[in-house]
Amino acid sequence: MLGFNGLVAVCIVYVLVLFAVAFWAERSAKAGQVRWLNSPITYTLSLSIYATAWTFYGAVGSAARSGLEYLTIYLGPTLIFVGWFWLLRKMVRIGRAQRVTSIADMISSRYGKSSGLAVMVTLLAVLGTTPYIALQLQSVTLSFSVFTSAGAEGGQDTVNTAVWIAAGLALFTIIFGTRSLDLNERHPGLVSAIAAEAIVKLAAILAVGAYVVWGVADGPADMLAQIEASPIAAAPLNGARWIGLTALAGAAILCLPRMFQVLVVENSDERHLATAGWAFPLYLMLISLFVVPIAVTGMSLPGTGDNPDLYVLTVPLSLGQDGLALLVFLGGFSAATSMVIVAALALSTMVSNHIIMPLWLRSAHGNNPFSRDMRSVALTARRVSIAAILFLGWVYYRLSGGTAALASIGLISFLGVAQILPALVGGILWRGATRIGAALGIGAGFVVWAWLLLLPNIAESGGLMPIVMAEGPFGIGWLAPSSPLGLQASDPLLTAMVLSLGINTTLFILGSLFSFPSPLERLQGAQFVNVFDHSRAVRGWTGAAGAADDLRIMAQRIMGDERAIALFRVAAEKQGLDGGLPEPTPDFLDELERELAGSVGVATAHAMVAQITGAASVSVRDLLAVADETAQIMEYSSQLEAKSEELAQTAGRLRDVNAKLTELSVQKDAFLSQISHELRTPMTSIRSFSEILMQTETVDDAARARFSRIIHDESLRLTRLLDDLLDLSVLESGHVTLNNGQARLGDVLDRAINAAGAEAGGGITISRDRAQENVTLWTDADRLAQVFINLISNARKYCDAEVPELVISVIDRGQGVDVEFRDNGSGIPTRQEALIFEKFARLETAKGAPGAGLGLAISREIMTRLDGDLRYVPREGGATFRVRLPARASQAA
Amino acid sequence: MKQDNDTLGAAQPLGTGPGTILIVEDESNILEALTFILSRAGWDVRGHGKGDSALGEVARLGPDLLVLDVMLPGMSGFDILRSLRAAPETKDLPVVMLTAKGQSQDRDQARALGADAFLTKPFSNDELLQVITELTPSIAARRAVAGQG
Repeated sequence: MLGFNGLVAVCIVYVLVLFAVAFWAERSAKAGQVRWLNSPITYTLSLSIYATAWTFYGAVGSAARSGLEYLTIYLGPTLIFVGWFWLLRKMVRIGRAQRVTSIADMISSRYGKSSGLAVMVTLLAVLGTTPYIALQLQSVTLSFSVFTSAGAEGGQDTVNTAVWIAAGLALFTIIFGTRSLDLNERHPGLVSAIAAEAIVKLAAILAVGAYVVWGVADGPADMLAQIEASPIAAAPLNGARWIGLTALAGAAILCLPRMFQVLVVENSDERHLATAGWAFPLYLMLISLFVVPIAVTGMSLPGTGDNPDLYVLTVPLSLGQDGLALLVFLGGFSAATSMVIVAALALSTMVSNHIIMPLWLRSAHGNNPFSRDMRSVALTARRVSIAAILFLGWVYYRLSGGTAALASIGLISFLGVAQILPALVGGILWRGATRIGAALGIGAGFVVWAWLLLLPNIAESGGLMPIVMAEGPFGIGWLAPSSPLGLQASDPLLTAMVLSLGINTTLFILGSLFSFPSPLERLQGAQFVNVFDHSRAVRGWTGAAGAADDLRIMAQRIMGDERAIALFRVAAEKQGLDGGLPEPTPDFLDELERELAGSVGVATAHAMVAQITGAASVSVRDLLAVADETAQIMEYSSQLEAKSEELAQTAGRLRDVNAKLTELSVQKDAFLSQISHELRTPMTSIRSFSEILMQTETVDDAARARFSRIIHDESLRLTRLLDDLLDLSVLESGHVTLNNGQARLGDVLDRAINAAGAEAGGGITISRDRAQENVTLWTDADRLAQVFINLISNARKYCDAEVPELVISVIDRGQGVDVEFRDNGSGIPTRQEALIFEKFARLETAKGAPGAGLGLAISREIMTRLDGDLRYVPREGGATFRVRLPARASQAA
Repeated sequence: MKQDNDTLGAAQPLGTGPGTILIVEDESNILEALTFILSRAGWDVRGHGKGDSALGEVARLGPDLLVLDVMLPGMSGFDILRSLRAAPETKDLPVVMLTAKGQSQDRDQARALGADAFLTKPFSNDELLQVITELTPSIAARRAVAGQG
């Protein structure tokens, strides 16, 4: 039988062997001989750190106490690996594409590189993992004490054992976990050592299992009979608890920092996951295969002690199988050490990357973040973190004093890290998930979990605040962890699980729906959710030429082809390069960013340029998607602009129309007022004189005759006015009927002169050239005559010469005929030329104005209807009007 | 029918009638009718047919009452009235305005400018005489002041 010192020696030898494996693996990796290291089996074995000392020893204990419930711890991961394999694959792909270093980094990266979230997840991980590390130390020291007390020697200080174990583990982790600051954070030596440990613990438990089945019992049949007869078979199945624990274990395999480390960070080839997909469940099945037989044997054998958690060790010991017991001890030791090593490594990465480094960078030392000692600072931070975490684990172990409460910390720890699950899975599957939602969910879940499980556990261990625990703080009953919301929880773990994850998920979804993601969040969200669409492209993203080309493609999408190409060409010329592609120098990148910022905003521009040149985490496709989105927004806004321009134009047109209508209305009023005036004036005379005539006694016959004459004339004037108005109205509305026919121009003029009373002796001399007038017209002769009459009578009325004379001349233009009427008067004053064709325009002439002023307006309308024209021809001396007849209306006879 | 409006109207010897009336009206027939009516009522009536020279005519004749058309060649009746009201000698000269437009804004403008009466064409002879009779007291008052001055 080995004594304490012998056991320590065995441990030291074992650890030295691990060192050797790790060193050999590191060296092989450096030499490029990585076949063994790079095998999917190594990857699968490294995943076995899921099975810690807690499960190595505790599963048998759990089986002895609660029957098959221990299976849930294996069932959860198995279901994830089989049913949710796609999710694992996505996580691994994202982790590789984004070069994620830890689960905190993953969450932070997904939600726009939020440092707040990273700190939150890191704290949660530390809080959830520290008790777990303590648990490992406890199991190792416990196994130490069992082993040594069973031997001849004993009474050694087991507490010191824990110190040495913790120190040794810290040393190992520091040596193999912080050898370099590789970007991909892979540790081949460490992983190889862990794989070796996985073999040791599996071999140990299988050996004990085989021994109890074939060595103690008489083979499987006998063993099955024993199981049938044992209380294990009779243990009741609690369906809710089974489902809850299975789900919790499934969540833990995704969220535990150490699992994330081996599953994602240490993954060197995505295809390994396919093997692990069946091999890891197989490993879990094998390691759980003999749990029940060992438990049954332990319960039936005398001398196995009263702690079923140690049956694995006490069964071989009680049967005098020291060699087997030693193997079991090493199995438990390996399970504990491998978990602690990986957990410490994962936590130290988070703590140093998300807490220590940012603080250091913010401090005075960090003024120049690109200084050379950055590297050593990061390594030191990592090492200090590892030591601190293990120290914390040891402190927790010491404080809890190895009580039974520590044993239950495993599941509590699971639920703690499971608070990351909604943000993790949501971030991978849902682009709409936002930083706010993730922070709210994780924060609230964390608080509920800590209050309902963690604090009561610590309080129980230390005997603290029993009243607060039972009755709630300040006597507020519904806040009491033992009966949250007044629920008398029969199973505190399940209650806490439903409450914490329920609140967590609800707040995560609501927070995401009611907050707006930053550009970087949107980019990262697309990256994560659509990781399979573009992660291939990520690999080709390092060359400067490629970067310049892609920068240009992106710039073209955002700034438009012309501007982008011009910008790049000018920059290239400045650098003395041909081909229009400049080197992506800092100067050029600054310039490009400024240009892009004009279109997409500073933050997005910076993110886009940084992502492309950093060759880090965003594919071209995603950037282009963002660019397209931006272009669409710009397109939309330019459409809006065009629309508002259109509206402005429409409004302008409406204003014009309105102004025109107002103007027309004013004109109509003026016209009506004119008509009123024109009608009332003759009526005034008529009324006045008729009233005079009615008072017959005072009027003599001569006056009576004269007044009657005036009344008669004014009546005619009224009639004429009404005729003119009707005529004008018909002409202007276009409803005029033309009676076209053949007519000789000379005849029409003859008729007009007669009608105007301007034949010889009519007060005006008319000169004509009959030969010129020998033109045959196709026109409405009556209407044409009406125009001529108007022009001739105007000349009669207004020509102010001593001897009034009117010259009518016909000019054949080839394309139609002009008929000009020129008198020898003083003509029309220039300032009134524009007015003469207006309705009611009467010129201020010395002779007065007997007409209503509609004649020329009517004449011009008529000529328009006849497809001709009537103009006033400004000329020195005399008024000249020109009537133009269209070509088809005339032909020389 | 063309007529020289400037000198139209039957003049009556001063002192026999109530006073002198000047009619400024470009429609010769209307002028003739008004002259006939007012002369028969005992007024010394003078006619004038143009707007631009109407003020000169008022100054020359110094009538007791002015009958003023709105639509006049050269200068509108409103402008003439405004000038009359601006001059001290004619600021209280009784003025009867005539308009053929018949819009209320003409009436308002005439009142605002200080017309004493306003008639819309066509009006009855009695209406005109009535309006002028109503103005007789102010004619008399103005005469009295002028006599004292």
